[in-house]
Amino acid sequence: MRLALRVRSLLPLILAAVFAVMGAQAADTASDAAANNARFDKLGHHMMCACGCNQLLGECNHMGCPDSPGMRTKLAAAITRGDDDNTIFHAFQDEYGATVLAAPMFTGLNRFSWFLPPLVLLIGIAGVFLLVRRWRPQVAAMPARSADPRTRALVQRVRREIEGDTL
Amino acid sequence: MPVFGSFSLLLALALSAYTLLAGGLALRQLATNARSRMAPERLAETARRSGIASFFAITGAAFALVYAAFTNDFSVSYILHHSNRALPGAYKFAALWSGQEGSLLLWAWLLATYGFVLRLRHKVDVRLVAYASTILAGIQVFFLILLNFAAPPFALVEGAVPQDGFGLNPLLQYPEMVIHPPMLYLGYVGFSVPFAFALGALMMRYPGEKWIHITRRWTMVTWLFLTCGIFLGAHWAYSVLGWGGYWGWDPVENASLMPWLTGTAFLHSVMMQEKRGMMKNWNVWLIFSTFLLTLLGTDLTRSGLVQSVHAFAQSPIGAWFHGFMFFVLAVCLFTFILQRDHLKSDHKIESLTSRESSFLFNNLVFLTACFTVLWGTLFPIISEYVQGNRVTVGAPWYNRIAVPIGLFLLLLMGLGPLLAWRSSSLRSIRRNFVLPSIAIASTAIVLLAIGQRPWREEGVMYAFVAFCGAAGVITAIGSEFLRGANVMRTQTGKNLAASLLLLVRKNTRRYGGYIIHFGVVIIFIGLAGSAFNRSTEQEMDFRQSMKVGPYTLVCQDYTQDSNPNYDSEYALLDVYRGGKKITQLAPEKRFYTASQQVSTMVANHSTLAWDLYVIYAGQNPDTNRPVIKVFLNPLVAWIWIGVIVIVAGTGVALAPNLATALVPASQRKPARPASSSLVNQPATLQGGD
Repeated sequence: MRLALRVRSLLPLILAAVFAVMGAQAADTASDAAANNARFDKLGHHMMCACGCNQLLGECNHMGCPDSPGMRTKLAAAITRGDDDNTIFHAFQDEYGATVLAAPMFTGLNRFSWFLPPLVLLIGIAGVFLLVRRWRPQVAAMPARSADPRTRALVQRVRREIEGDTL
Repeated sequence: MPVFGSFSLLLALALSAYTLLAGGLALRQLATNARSRMAPERLAETARRSGIASFFAITGAAFALVYAAFTNDFSVSYILHHSNRALPGAYKFAALWSGQEGSLLLWAWLLATYGFVLRLRHKVDVRLVAYASTILAGIQVFFLILLNFAAPPFALVEGAVPQDGFGLNPLLQYPEMVIHPPMLYLGYVGFSVPFAFALGALMMRYPGEKWIHITRRWTMVTWLFLTCGIFLGAHWAYSVLGWGGYWGWDPVENASLMPWLTGTAFLHSVMMQEKRGMMKNWNVWLIFSTFLLTLLGTDLTRSGLVQSVHAFAQSPIGAWFHGFMFFVLAVCLFTFILQRDHLKSDHKIESLTSRESSFLFNNLVFLTACFTVLWGTLFPIISEYVQGNRVTVGAPWYNRIAVPIGLFLLLLMGLGPLLAWRSSSLRSIRRNFVLPSIAIASTAIVLLAIGQRPWREEGVMYAFVAFCGAAGVITAIGSEFLRGANVMRTQTGKNLAASLLLLVRKNTRRYGGYIIHFGVVIIFIGLAGSAFNRSTEQEMDFRQSMKVGPYTLVCQDYTQDSNPNYDSEYALLDVYRGGKKITQLAPEKRFYTASQQVSTMVANHSTLAWDLYVIYAGQNPDTNRPVIKVFLNPLVAWIWIGVIVIVAGTGVALAPNLATALVPASQRKPARPASSSLVNQPATLQGGD
């Protein structure tokens, strides 16, 4: 009897706990769905539609496209299964060829595609610095101009005009 | 008409070949003092007149093709494949550039038009114009050979002539398609003129920098056309392709961007040559590269070398373009090696904190951007050649590599104009940079305060940097205007607005340039908005609603329609905001009868904050209900506004300064009277310098 009373008094607490767990599960499911949607959108924008329309999978808007619906279904299934990005990319690459990825993977020669432009920029910046450093002493070593006040005034006027007229 | 057109093209080829040969011979005789039966001056004059006549011949050919389109002359293969009876008149006119042969004819006609104007205005510098005219004639001969022998626009249909044509590609049946290609081509072809002047000036060892003054307006107008062409193309892609974006890094889009990047670099660095006699080698190669890139762009569009949404223009004439590009490159290299001692700089850079070095950095970034786009465009071919398999280099790659370079350029755009020529003192740097730095910091704080977290996502990080940088650049530009206007106000006693106007009119080039920079910043703001794009898709029944951001869309109707050109399906959607109806949108899907192709007509409600971009994605075959896809794209309108500001800024920069404008033309001193005539001024003919 005492036990039954104790259980009855604990019932609201038990119910609250059950609802809390159910609520948390529902929230988890909802946040999982949102995360999966976001991931689907992200990965869909890293792959191309295989039909040759040259559009990203996430943006392919053909009516009656022979490939994009199937590809989207496969992508959604892979995300639901919990496959990581690389596994999904490799699976799609195996099935549709290397052109299915919207950007080259970081392997082999493809690394050059990523490295080269920033490298060119860095070399260029270093080149400009070196060039200016090399020129600067030459400019500084140039002999002083005439001290004639008329010439000096002219030089100052020209410099003012040059600095004023910039574009 | 086809016979008249073919004959006109042959005549144009003969006249252009004469301009090239006679012009070349005359200039050779003048350079070497060789004697011949006809005086070189007279020979050069016949070449000039022949060049003028070639314009009329090509105009005749272009007219013949347009006439054939309007009269539904399907005996002409080109008209059969690019037009049909039900096609509206404007698109029949646009058929001129809708295919391979027609667009080559458009190219040749625009080149002839530029040449026509140039040859009419030859008195500006007779000898230099004679060189430029001969070089232009050389380019024209190439295009006319293509038109006469490789891609003839007046080829006739074999066998029975069909009653109706196959129609125009539906993607091209959009109002912007009537102006986008001509604009782009005006830009592409226009760069031939500064190229011809630069090569001519180098060949004749032209003294001084006057050739730059002569070509400045040509270059700016050409640049403006190319800019407008690129953005009209972006707007067309946004409105017609229906994927919610305006730039897909398609190889053909890239092909138009590359000469724009080098052309913009040239417009900046050429100022160093004008003002300080520096970077002569660099400038010559910039304009050479720009011209070569316009050829490469055309080659990429035509040859099918890379996969593109512009596949409608593909044909096997790529080999001709490869050959011509190598020939042009060889001529440029040969001339440069022969005359490189003529290109010595008068000055050198004195300080890293100077306007000159900012121009150098600006050029470096422009060229790196160009290299990046070229590398991304060609890498699939390189990969196929080396690895044996083609890869795709698409938007994610460009977003990772090209966008940071663009942001670097944005920051340089704010930094450069704040530095003085030769050297800037630490004090002036501190004074000029204080306000832009405050603007950048304030924008960053505001963005963080309203919940932006740039470290969470790459796109948001780029947008964050773009917004902060834009605030800094706008402040820098604004403070430049205000500083100048205040000085003007002190000098003239006028109010601030009048002083501002006077300031701009007194130095149109400088302040026009600032306005252009302002336009570019606005475009950057618009581009940054794409980091926050949202989209949703839903099947909709009558009275069913859909919520996107602050908008609610209610389906009022969905139905079908038909006309001789196409059948269509569309939905009528009422758009509500805050419970109040603000507009009605009708996204549409068209099925073109002649070409048997489908096209999307996007419905867009554009505001400064965002575009409500609605697509009719099709009908669910099970329920027969329309599937509607909606994008909420923030700040897109800013991009188009930015372009309008750029056009206005270029207009200002092209206008003469107030002081110049007030001097009557008759009283203006000619810049170099000694070279005003070939016949009367032999001294200038015999030695370039």
